[in-house]
Amino acid sequence: MTGLTALCTVLAVGALLIILSYIAWKGIGALNIQFLTDVPRPVGEGGGIGNAILGSVVLLLLSSVIGLPLGICVGVYLSEIGRGRFGGAVRFIVDTLTGIPSIVTGVFVYAVLVLPMKHFSAWAGGIALALIMVPIVARTTEEMLKLVPHSLREGALALGAPQWRVTLGVVIPAAAPGIATGAMLAIARVSGETAPLLFTAFGSRFFPTSLNEPIASLTVQIYNYAISPYDEWHAQAWAATLVLMTLVLGINIVVRFLTRKRF
Amino acid sequence: MSWAPESNNPNFVGQVSTWRRALSPTGNTGDAIYRMLMLAVALLMVGIVVAMVIALLSDSMLSIRQFGFGFLTSQRWDPIKGEFGALPFIYGTVASSLIALLISVPFSLGIAIFLVEQAPQWLARPIGFLVELLAAIPSVVYGLWGIFVLAPFLRNHIQPLLAGAFGWLPLFKGQITGLGLLTGGIILAIMVTPIISAVVRDVLTAVPGTQREAALALGATKWEMIRVVLVNGAPGIAGAVILGLGRALGETMAVTMVIGNRPEISLSLFDPSYTIASAIANEFTEATGDLYLSSLVELGLILFLVTFVVNGIARVLVWNVTRKTGGVGRAA
Repeated sequence: MTGLTALCTVLAVGALLIILSYIAWKGIGALNIQFLTDVPRPVGEGGGIGNAILGSVVLLLLSSVIGLPLGICVGVYLSEIGRGRFGGAVRFIVDTLTGIPSIVTGVFVYAVLVLPMKHFSAWAGGIALALIMVPIVARTTEEMLKLVPHSLREGALALGAPQWRVTLGVVIPAAAPGIATGAMLAIARVSGETAPLLFTAFGSRFFPTSLNEPIASLTVQIYNYAISPYDEWHAQAWAATLVLMTLVLGINIVVRFLTRKRF
Repeated sequence: MSWAPESNNPNFVGQVSTWRRALSPTGNTGDAIYRMLMLAVALLMVGIVVAMVIALLSDSMLSIRQFGFGFLTSQRWDPIKGEFGALPFIYGTVASSLIALLISVPFSLGIAIFLVEQAPQWLARPIGFLVELLAAIPSVVYGLWGIFVLAPFLRNHIQPLLAGAFGWLPLFKGQITGLGLLTGGIILAIMVTPIISAVVRDVLTAVPGTQREAALALGATKWEMIRVVLVNGAPGIAGAVILGLGRALGETMAVTMVIGNRPEISLSLFDPSYTIASAIANEFTEATGDLYLSSLVELGLILFLVTFVVNGIARVLVWNVTRKTGGVGRAA
């Protein structure tokens, strides 16, 4: 029986290693500076993912600027203020938001932002990603804030600090490393999102010039190249995947490294 | 009245107005602003979910009025004639998720038991991290790997074997293309395993050590003791499985790329299928006409409600087990 459970684990880890090594092997071939800085070109002319990388960075920045403060505030509310029935209801709502499939979030943002604006935009994509980010950040912030010992709060209150001072000046700085790692994990998760971007930011073949236009992103570009019938684009999809995986895995490994002493 | 600040009552010095006192027990202005801000943010969250439900309902009203409950039972998906029915998508979503769970749950349980009960501490942590890393891989990457690695592998090696050995079952009849319900189910299983195993690990760790010691003290073998632990954590394990189900139901990109995208119900695992999320992803930007778009939004509404219920059940079962690091999830 021990062998069986060990076998399950070996298979799972093996699957991970197979996928990662295949990405590395296939992706290295098409990776070069020109690939990383050029815009997509017609089949046979090369081209690259420069605009997709920039687009992903723009979308991540946009969603972080909207989603991180909002998520941290919700986390602070759930941990410090929300008590009783209303706090329980808000916690339930945040948990609901965590479980919503990202494509439904995309449909919602389409209905609320893209339809009235009459065009796809980076704003819509950023807001869709922020909506996915907020519940994750809120939950981890709440967990980290709950870990701060009550004696810290009581000490600050005893010294006469008002409640907002206690939270902003004592509790949040004490939980700051945990909140930061939660934010990094949320960013890693959101950087891999494709479905909500399919009909909010839509995608583009040019470098972004304005936030009111459709914008390319790494994930949507990988998707478009993967389902295309051209081998050259398949190779570019693998290389783009390598870039994406470096980012995502990098953040995850750094976070794990930073939190290793907490366990 | 004697408590009013405007009164000339000398007994009340520095009295705060009532609305400020209602907002902040200490009467501090900063506190009042802080609490108002936090309340506003919390209300914003509630407002967003309410807005989501309203937006989904209102945009699918056209389709609801046109088809009524027949939408859920009709098998026709004909954009040209304007006849839409959700049954093929509901079947595809449920079938692919069930296949994923059937494959994933034994593996996840095995991994969790190995990591909690058997592996030494220095091994469990890095291995656990590696298993959780499976959850960090974006969905589109799984889809890419599925199209170019898994599907050919299944098409050339596994599916002919299955067709040869079990071809008499309706499950294994039909054309072998490598892209179909089976491939979709396997990819979903790989994606869902880290989530189920992570939650089951937490559940098993939460079982008190006294239970294990009691079983061993009564003369149980190691595996009988593990069975006691499993029974003890059964609600949590059920919750983990249902949580995995919730994830599998909403999974979009990887499934879209390998499931074949044909809106027909077929008993064979080799045949292509179509899930709700894939339908929305594929056809949303190409929907011509309001009824088409409205039907797609109604599909989204169905998906929203189903995942809401499933996640709610999972939460009730696992409510005591929280993930300390949270957020190690996977993107769709």
